[in-house]
Amino acid sequence: MERTYNNKAWFLVLPVLVLVAFSAIIPLMTVVNYSVQDTFGNNQFFWAGLDWFQDVLESNRFWNALGRNLIFSAIILAIEIPLGIYIALNMPKKGWGVPVCLVLMALPLLIPWNVVGTIWQVFGRVDIGLLGRTLAAAGIDYNYVQDPVDAWLTIIVMDVWHWTSLVVLLCYAGLVSIPDAYYQAARIDGASRWSVFRFIQLPKMGRVLLIAVLLRFMDSFMIYTEPFVVTGGGPGNETTFLSIDLVKMAIGQFDVGPAAAMSLVYFLIVLSLSWVFYTVMTNQGQEKGK
Amino acid sequence: MTDRELSASGLPDAAAASPARVGTINSRRPLRLGWLVPTIYILFLLLPIYWLVNMSFKTNQEITSTFTLWPTDFTLRNYAVIFTDPSWYSGYINSIIYVALNTVISLAVALPAAYAFSRYRFVGDKHLFFWLLTNRMAPPAVFALPFFQLYSAFGLIDTHIAVALAHCLFNVPLAVWILEGFMSGVPKEIDETAYIDGYSFPRFFVKIFMPLIASGIGVAAFFCFMFSWVELLLARTLTTTAAKPISAIMTRTVSASGMDWGVLAAAGVLTIIPGALVIYFVRNYIAKGFALGRV
Repeated sequence: MERTYNNKAWFLVLPVLVLVAFSAIIPLMTVVNYSVQDTFGNNQFFWAGLDWFQDVLESNRFWNALGRNLIFSAIILAIEIPLGIYIALNMPKKGWGVPVCLVLMALPLLIPWNVVGTIWQVFGRVDIGLLGRTLAAAGIDYNYVQDPVDAWLTIIVMDVWHWTSLVVLLCYAGLVSIPDAYYQAARIDGASRWSVFRFIQLPKMGRVLLIAVLLRFMDSFMIYTEPFVVTGGGPGNETTFLSIDLVKMAIGQFDVGPAAAMSLVYFLIVLSLSWVFYTVMTNQGQEKGK
Repeated sequence: MTDRELSASGLPDAAAASPARVGTINSRRPLRLGWLVPTIYILFLLLPIYWLVNMSFKTNQEITSTFTLWPTDFTLRNYAVIFTDPSWYSGYINSIIYVALNTVISLAVALPAAYAFSRYRFVGDKHLFFWLLTNRMAPPAVFALPFFQLYSAFGLIDTHIAVALAHCLFNVPLAVWILEGFMSGVPKEIDETAYIDGYSFPRFFVKIFMPLIASGIGVAAFFCFMFSWVELLLARTLTTTAAKPISAIMTRTVSASGMDWGVLAAAGVLTIIPGALVIYFVRNYIAKGFALGRV
């Protein structure tokens, strides 16, 4: 759409600006402030320069948490994206099945995140959970509280349970927008199922899929509540992701300086990813306009 | 992009050349077992929820000592505990108050802003739009501590408005992006015609424009409601007793007073209900909402 140039539009944006400034800029400034200062209590602060940043970037703790988080995100994407596409391809296109599928699949997305954690905590427990009991009965030694591998598996399955529907719904929205003529043409050509997918469905889903990948990456990169409820970051530090580590440091131990420095590093990573996301989103808008 | 690939495989031409054969080919579709995939997936989704519901109707004694697929000793005690104990049900009231506050504030500020982004170009518009997005993507963990200190300084800790304002961090950008997506679908000629007819901006906005994007407002409201409802970290950090949300009360019960599994399960079931009730109305927009209005 052709938009007219008018700086009075700033007045319409002003309320948002004020509100988000209060809830984003001021807190962020506090973080910047803490990240360059040291304190010995009593509200006395000393200039610490970039020491905290150096500390954070040199500490194994940060790199371990970052590494775990990246591995987690990679696994999540590797499972959820193909699975989501596969399920979306097999969803009914019309009839009563459509609303039933949409509603039931969206259900996990609307559950409070700590309840998602609680559900899986209860579900996986060896003493009272359906999953834990079943596995134990099958002779599999499963205990997500003590075994790191089991903890990881539980959290990954939980995230697949929680978020694959998002990929499904996005892909499905992309799929239903493909005109029927494309499929008819493909059938006339005798195109195989694979080439229909490869040359029609996948390109048509391209944008949506990119959004799904970015959203899933961002959200898994800042995951906190679900693993916190299920494992609390344990056993040991095996499932301590960036957010969990940060909250532990900032609110648990009150190491404000290092926590603030880590926050900023974390935030910068997210910021650059947001830029990729933004470019994708706005390019899509331009293409639509043509 | 797609056009090039399509003409490479020659598909649109074929469609134009032989439309008569189309009808016969439908019967050849080998999709007989396709329905199995979503069915199995939905069963996988429902299994843990079923277990939670199942547990919520059991007595604690049955939960811990036996293993039953449905409650043999059916009881409503767990729900009765929640509905009669103020420390439990006040959690729901607190959650609903700050979620509602947040939804109203978010929509009120997002509506004019989204209109500005969809209709006008102005200095810094792209940067501002991007900056809003970064707030949606910002990890709440980064903001937990500064929020606590900021709201302490204003004496807002443990009030509903504190949580409502904190959740604006990600809900205002979300609402702006979703509404902008819907507003861009309304042709600009409508605005211009209204102005020629002598409508003032506020009157045009409320009387003509808002009804046109009613579904967009509904979707934005739903997503503000939802993201505020599911968030725990900030809500827990900013409250102690008077405004404590139900989600935080649940975590407290897990860690402290032994394991009242039945009540925990019942509380969990009750938090799922609000989402489940309204999901039907937004089913066609869920993808759009999660993708910030860009599908």
